[in-house]
Amino acid sequence: MPSVLGATLAAVIVGGPLLPQWALFILTIAFAQGLVALGLMLLLRAGLVSFGQALYYCIGAYTAGGLARAFNVSDVFLQMIAGAATSALAAFVLGFLLAKYRGIFFGLLSLALSMILYGLIVKSEALGSTDGLNIAQSTLFGVRPASAWVRYAVAVAAAFAGIGAAYLVHRFLETPLGRLGPAIKDNEIRVEYMGASVRHAIHVKYVIAATLAGVGGALAATTVGHIDPEMAYWTTSGEFIFITILAGTGSVLAPFLGALLFGAIHTLAYDLSPHTWQMSLGTALLLVIVFLPEGLWSLFARRRAG
Amino acid sequence: MAVILDARGVNKSFGAVTAAAEINAAIEADSVVGLIGTNGAGKTTFINMITGYLKPDSGSIHYEGRDITALAPRQITRLGILRSFQVPQLYSSLNVRENMLIALGIMLHNAGRGGFFSRSRARPNVPGHDAPAEEVAERILERFGLAEYREKNAQVLPGGVRKLLDIALTLAAKPRVLLLDEPTSGVSAEEKFAIMEMVMKAMKAEGVTVIFVEHDMEVVSRFAERVLAFYDGRIIADAPPEVALGDPDVRRYVVGGELRRMDERAARA
Repeated sequence: MPSVLGATLAAVIVGGPLLPQWALFILTIAFAQGLVALGLMLLLRAGLVSFGQALYYCIGAYTAGGLARAFNVSDVFLQMIAGAATSALAAFVLGFLLAKYRGIFFGLLSLALSMILYGLIVKSEALGSTDGLNIAQSTLFGVRPASAWVRYAVAVAAAFAGIGAAYLVHRFLETPLGRLGPAIKDNEIRVEYMGASVRHAIHVKYVIAATLAGVGGALAATTVGHIDPEMAYWTTSGEFIFITILAGTGSVLAPFLGALLFGAIHTLAYDLSPHTWQMSLGTALLLVIVFLPEGLWSLFARRRAG
Repeated sequence: MAVILDARGVNKSFGAVTAAAEINAAIEADSVVGLIGTNGAGKTTFINMITGYLKPDSGSIHYEGRDITALAPRQITRLGILRSFQVPQLYSSLNVRENMLIALGIMLHNAGRGGFFSRSRARPNVPGHDAPAEEVAERILERFGLAEYREKNAQVLPGGVRKLLDIALTLAAKPRVLLLDEPTSGVSAEEKFAIMEMVMKAMKAEGVTVIFVEHDMEVVSRFAERVLAFYDGRIIADAPPEVALGDPDVRRYVVGGELRRMDERAARA
């Protein structure tokens, strides 16, 4: 796995300058959304579906925006670290509540929390209400790249964050706590009667997932240069679930592949049919569920097995 | 022998139904105790109270002198009291080897080994087993005759094998006391004794105190060293099997029909 991750990072660094600006934008957003989907994958392995992961995406984005506007901090790495920290803190607190719930209750409670944040931002003039806020152009380690290279620089930063997170999650999945996911999904009673705390394991996974979403949110904010309450809206959470199902839970790389494909389908569908693009996305998801119920990654898994 | 588990004046009711009435039982270390009684007599409630699934209304349960009455199941497990279930509780989407590795992984996690900051290639020894998880898993699977099923999904295993795996998982946690809830229920007559022989041999070798719930009196008289007979939430007999099964109250309220059938089978033989 480390060699595959390294090759992906190298491909972005070497191939990035060859890509047009729009493709670099899609690639960077794919890394941002892939980070959120990576966290959802962790939860999904334990049988939990969060319908409100946009909560932490939004917290990460507004943290990055707040840093840039209030403290003039535009360094993309600092913004991602801050986004991760605030999201992790919020998830640590909310996790005590959410770790008690399973199934539809977990899903809807997470949705409710994200909609509360949405409502708070909409009502807050200081946070830009429904219009949101603009963010200054990003810097990297104090250097502001020439405008033609900004997208490339942010894409490389995104690749470092995404690939780094994928490696860390891969390592986590090899630990006894990381391996508990499918066991919790299958049989919580047995897990508890073998001496592990299911609630603790879910809490840890929830905080990790939120941290990843926070990084993704900060990355999206600095890439787009704008933040608004839609980032916490339920449809945004829906997109993340879409990506996770599209990708499958077979590998830590799958969420990024899913996010890239989602971005490509979204862009193409919007370009070809601006009024019915949702139909194209829906059709794509339907086809994946029917023909590849384990997600796109199962194609690679099957090939490797064959 | 020293008392390892001690129930003192334990009571439990579910509404008007009394599931445990003044239960007093001191279980000695390394002993094998059979719990008998008709359905609803209070055997499983007793096991559920020892393992923390149910809390007694009054009374207390002590393990090696420590009061464990208020502890959660996982805390009781960590002390060394393990259980198997009437309906095997397995990780059905995982194969037999993975089931075992999850159990051993929990041991590693509780001991703070194999965590995120361990070297990625490190294979720490499982506490109490002094070998890495993969080796211990193979060892336990061999011991229970499960090695041939190692790659089989738990969902598709035959009934007897599921029972064995359910019990084998507990060995991963190095139990001091093992509670078996009807280990031979749903298992064919031919498999019953084979399963019990295998389990008892493994537990004896590990020095585990075994408490098992059983309806088959042939199994009880062959494997139990001591019998606790339950009736209506009370213990009506506490003696070696040859004495307990001959007790008039036990014959009348608990095992009359079963013993008659045993006698008839013996006469025919």
